[in-house]
Amino acid sequence: MPPPVRRIAVDREPYIAPRPAGNGAARAALAPRPFTARPPAAQVRERMSIESVWLAYGDNWVVRDVSLPVRQGEVLALIGASGSGKTTLLRSLNRLTEITDGAARSGRISLDDQEIHELEVNELRRRVSMVFQQPNPFPMSIFDNVAYALAERPGRGGRRRRRTPELEHAVADSLNRAGLYAEVGDDLERSALRLSGGQQQRLCIARALAAGPEVLLLDEPCSALDPISTATIEELIVGLRESVAIVIVTHNLQQAFRVADHVAFMHLGELVEYGTSTQVFDRPTQQRTRDYIGGAFG
Amino acid sequence: MASAELSSRVPPVVSRPRRDSTASWPLIDRIGYWLCWASGIGLCVVAAAIVLFMLVKGISYLKPSLFFESPAPSLHQSQAGGFLDPIVGTFIVTAIGILIAAPAGVALAAWMSEYGRPSWLARGLESAIETIAGIPSIVLAIFGLLIFSQGFLGFLSQRANDGTVTGQSFVVAGIVMSLLALPLVFGATREALSQLPGRMREASFALGKTRATTIRRVLLPSIRPGIASGVVLGMGRIIGDTAIIVILLGATLKNEPQGSVPLLNTLRGTGSTLTTYVYGDSPAGEGNAPQKAYAAAFMLLMIVLALNALVTRLTSGRREAASPAMRLAARMPWSR
Repeated sequence: MPPPVRRIAVDREPYIAPRPAGNGAARAALAPRPFTARPPAAQVRERMSIESVWLAYGDNWVVRDVSLPVRQGEVLALIGASGSGKTTLLRSLNRLTEITDGAARSGRISLDDQEIHELEVNELRRRVSMVFQQPNPFPMSIFDNVAYALAERPGRGGRRRRRTPELEHAVADSLNRAGLYAEVGDDLERSALRLSGGQQQRLCIARALAAGPEVLLLDEPCSALDPISTATIEELIVGLRESVAIVIVTHNLQQAFRVADHVAFMHLGELVEYGTSTQVFDRPTQQRTRDYIGGAFG
Repeated sequence: MASAELSSRVPPVVSRPRRDSTASWPLIDRIGYWLCWASGIGLCVVAAAIVLFMLVKGISYLKPSLFFESPAPSLHQSQAGGFLDPIVGTFIVTAIGILIAAPAGVALAAWMSEYGRPSWLARGLESAIETIAGIPSIVLAIFGLLIFSQGFLGFLSQRANDGTVTGQSFVVAGIVMSLLALPLVFGATREALSQLPGRMREASFALGKTRATTIRRVLLPSIRPGIASGVVLGMGRIIGDTAIIVILLGATLKNEPQGSVPLLNTLRGTGSTLTTYVYGDSPAGEGNAPQKAYAAAFMLLMIVLALNALVTRLTSGRREAASPAMRLAARMPWSR
């Protein structure tokens, strides 16, 4: 049983950011950027909902009573220090936590109002796909990497699908959505391992998109990349939010500010604050959020 | 810029890497150091001597005709024929052995490394493979004879007139040989699988692929060089074994088919391989044709060296296989 719940009081008093004096550098870095001015997506609708979720590895409850909505047309960023449970929460959304022994969950996570535990796990993972911190392309050609994700439906086994024009078109389309086709389109038979880190990560995004997901989970997708690749991927994420719901875990507050519509700040397994990104970054209601954003810990 | 001009501008060099002088070492360390040197050189000399001796002896007796003639027991070496049959025999036994060992070894390693549940079964399998790897091949051979001379397995070998089953044939020898190769294929595959990063598996699971699909489509294709080197090591082990051939193949000089169905009669029949041919023709055996034995031993050595070179090639680029000595050490029973 989960330990007793300690509710976090929410005080509605607006937080007025101190002027440059103390943690000015951190504030300056978070100053408004063109991204904040972008219009909201045309259609926003809730795809997943996380309701009072507790997650444990063994006896260790690493996520405690978290409730969040995941909406299509929006990017949700999970921020927080290391060990705050954000990656575990993210992995629980497609039940990837289950490959770890001793993982347990209580509470409800639903995809389109259906509890994900009642879905067939591989079906769920096709609908809720994931991109990891380290680019992890398979050691095969660029084409095969994407075709692998497209290939099989359950019951038809894992046979290599014949290389039909439809398959080629679908691969090219996925690469195009990930903004990679222009760079690699001339030679898809090249080994994926020979791409640069940023290209590899976009290939992983293309692969995840090829499965036709409704929700895309990104676990610190840019932490191993240089600033230029990061900017490309951030642009891509913002562009994708119309067609898939996106959840991104990031250590990089500026990144969260740049790409996210909503931000959830987690600390030691608890959800401390949730709101629109301008609200969380400019007027955080919680002292712990203020401290974290101001760089007092992290 | 001319290099002479450049070097004239460089101030005098004060430090270069220099080999450690042992003069300052304690005596015991110096003795140990020189002993290492001496044994290293000694081993190289032994290896070179074997190859050179076999090269000189072997090439001088090696004639193209040896490859096309069957052995013909004779008092005179010049009429004793060639080693066509033993070469064919080596090929058949190796093929049967590896065709069983390779799929079984890869499948067991994949199960062990990717599933491994229930854990008691995984532990049991591990000790079973270790045990088989440690059993001397002569013991495997005697055990094989015990099993395959059972009446109901008579179809694999031959039945004497009184109905007893000999338990000697290419099929039987190949089956038991597969036990020699199995641990090597298993070990190489498992090692290669364990070195694959976990994130490769996660990436596949996150695309909604089952564990089985992941193994077949991602993991096994990624470790093809590792599997291949295990298979080649296993082939080397089979090619080099004598005891199982003597006991389970009859070590008749010529391949003697049983029955009239082509291919099947050879597989059910007895025969020899290069190892037993060398033994048979050497002064220790009854053939008394040492020249042929040298030529065949040379062939055997060349085959095994070629296989080892193939392993080096297959595994090159992998750090742990960089040195021949480490690869050798990895083949030893204690490292498993």
